[in-house]
Amino acid sequence: MASTETSAVKDGGATGKADEEEGVRQNADLAGLEAGLDALDTVQTKRTPFRRTFVEKIFPPIVAVALVLVVWQVLVWAEVTDSYKLPAPSAVWDEVQEAWLEGTLLEYIWTSVSRGLLGFLMALVIGTPLGLLVARVKFVRAAIGPILSGLQSLPSVAWVPPAVLWLGLNDSMMYAVILLGAVPSIANGLVSGVDQVPPLFLRAGRTMGATGLRGTWHIVIPAALPGYLAGLKQGWAFSWRSLMAAEIIASSPDLGVGLGQLLENGRTANSMPMVFLAILLILIVGIAIDLLIFSPLERWVLRSRGLLVKS
Amino acid sequence: MSSQEVTTVATALAKTADAEAGTSVEYAARIEHVSKSFAGPAGQQLVLDDITLDVAPGEFVTLLGASGCGKSTLLNLVAGLDKPSAGGISTDGRPALMFQEHALFPWLTAGKNIELALKLRGVAKADRRSRAEELLQLVRLEGAYGKRVHELSGGMRQRVALARALAQDSRLLLMDEPFAALDAITRDVLHDELTRIWRETNVSVLFVTHNVREAVRLAERVVLLSSRPGRVAREWTVDIPQPRRIEDPAVAELSVEITEQLRGEIRRHGQH
Repeated sequence: MASTETSAVKDGGATGKADEEEGVRQNADLAGLEAGLDALDTVQTKRTPFRRTFVEKIFPPIVAVALVLVVWQVLVWAEVTDSYKLPAPSAVWDEVQEAWLEGTLLEYIWTSVSRGLLGFLMALVIGTPLGLLVARVKFVRAAIGPILSGLQSLPSVAWVPPAVLWLGLNDSMMYAVILLGAVPSIANGLVSGVDQVPPLFLRAGRTMGATGLRGTWHIVIPAALPGYLAGLKQGWAFSWRSLMAAEIIASSPDLGVGLGQLLENGRTANSMPMVFLAILLILIVGIAIDLLIFSPLERWVLRSRGLLVKS
Repeated sequence: MSSQEVTTVATALAKTADAEAGTSVEYAARIEHVSKSFAGPAGQQLVLDDITLDVAPGEFVTLLGASGCGKSTLLNLVAGLDKPSAGGISTDGRPALMFQEHALFPWLTAGKNIELALKLRGVAKADRRSRAEELLQLVRLEGAYGKRVHELSGGMRQRVALARALAQDSRLLLMDEPFAALDAITRDVLHDELTRIWRETNVSVLFVTHNVREAVRLAERVVLLSSRPGRVAREWTVDIPQPRRIEDPAVAELSVEITEQLRGEIRRHGQH
């Protein structure tokens, strides 16, 4: 045991210089030991190659979609029902091409998407401070917390009739329905995010002097970000659903043709391909926004915190 | 913090200059007749009973005790996270606190965690980066500035947490079993590191543990608390020269003596 010897030597009263050299040597020893431990313990993170991402993430959904198309076509060939009830995939494709050539396809999409995103942004601006208030102020939580969670389970289509009566058939009415659908989701997401902040972070923050607003800004909000993002994601889903409900029910020539309106037009024209087209587009837009905006955002936040476990 | 007479002394002064000049405050923490009780199922439960303890500037004190001795409660009181039911606690400025869990913020890099402590202390933006790098160097993690918390090993996380605590530039560092969750090899290395850093920075340390050898390995003074309620049972001054090793015979010898006493304290609770 070298260490015992060294302390024995030092007890015996070694000269200052020898002491110092010994200290330097021990220091270097310790540094080396520590570097070794760090190297052994460090968690290695690596990026997955594109090939693996393709095989694991992109290929399976392509197979699923292809399978659905095949089954669909087989059902059409088997003539399980009348052709006006179940159009062939090719008939829907013709409808897509026609709308594309007329230049109306993008117009339908843009009318709805622009409404949906603008409404969602408004919901974000209102829902975020509301959520913070409910999460941090006891009285506010007791007063409107239960109402906020209750509102989440109310189908947003229920808001369409009152919104039409209050605001008339116009864009404001659409936005009102979106807000009533999305604000509770966003606020609730933030509340549950704040509730799940580990108390240890708050204590650590307090000992560092992060109390009150400084604590909220530096500790609570960043710590609640994963829950908040989940709320945003759900908020978008609610925005989109509410908007479709509003567009289907409240149709007026002044409002322009969005995807919900297109669906309703298909029904009145008895055109199943048009109905299918509208449903497909609604589905695709919903998935695309999630895939392009929310999923990357969520993954980035989780990955940077080491919360995304790779199998 | 009304019931706690916190003496605030300008912490901006360099510590070494202070130590030489011998400033007015002759303690880093003064705990006077502190009691603490919590509301329990059987009425008020006394957790700490009339604790009186001083930590001198630059001193390393370990608080040792079995479960239920209220050592973490006492540390929380000193940190100002809770208020004593009776008695007073004065500290030389706001103490820094290190936990058993690293408590680093996962949304910030190692370097930014340290910079947040600097920012909250009011260090100018331009100086933060270089100061954070210095502190990382002090705990020998030069390359870790941009690392995320999950990319660091347990020992590295505790070293970053130590650097963040030191960034608060407190005269007093409170440590609540900071190495209890680490493996033995890493813990041993961190003992050496802590001793080195304590001697380099001249900070006072109040270190809570239930590990007798750890207490003896690190401290200049070991304070044994009895359990339920916590009282100061006995104190030992450790004059084994540093750097010590946990295997040193002198450390072992004193540990045996303290363990005997600790067991005696625990045994009392079985005799009802």
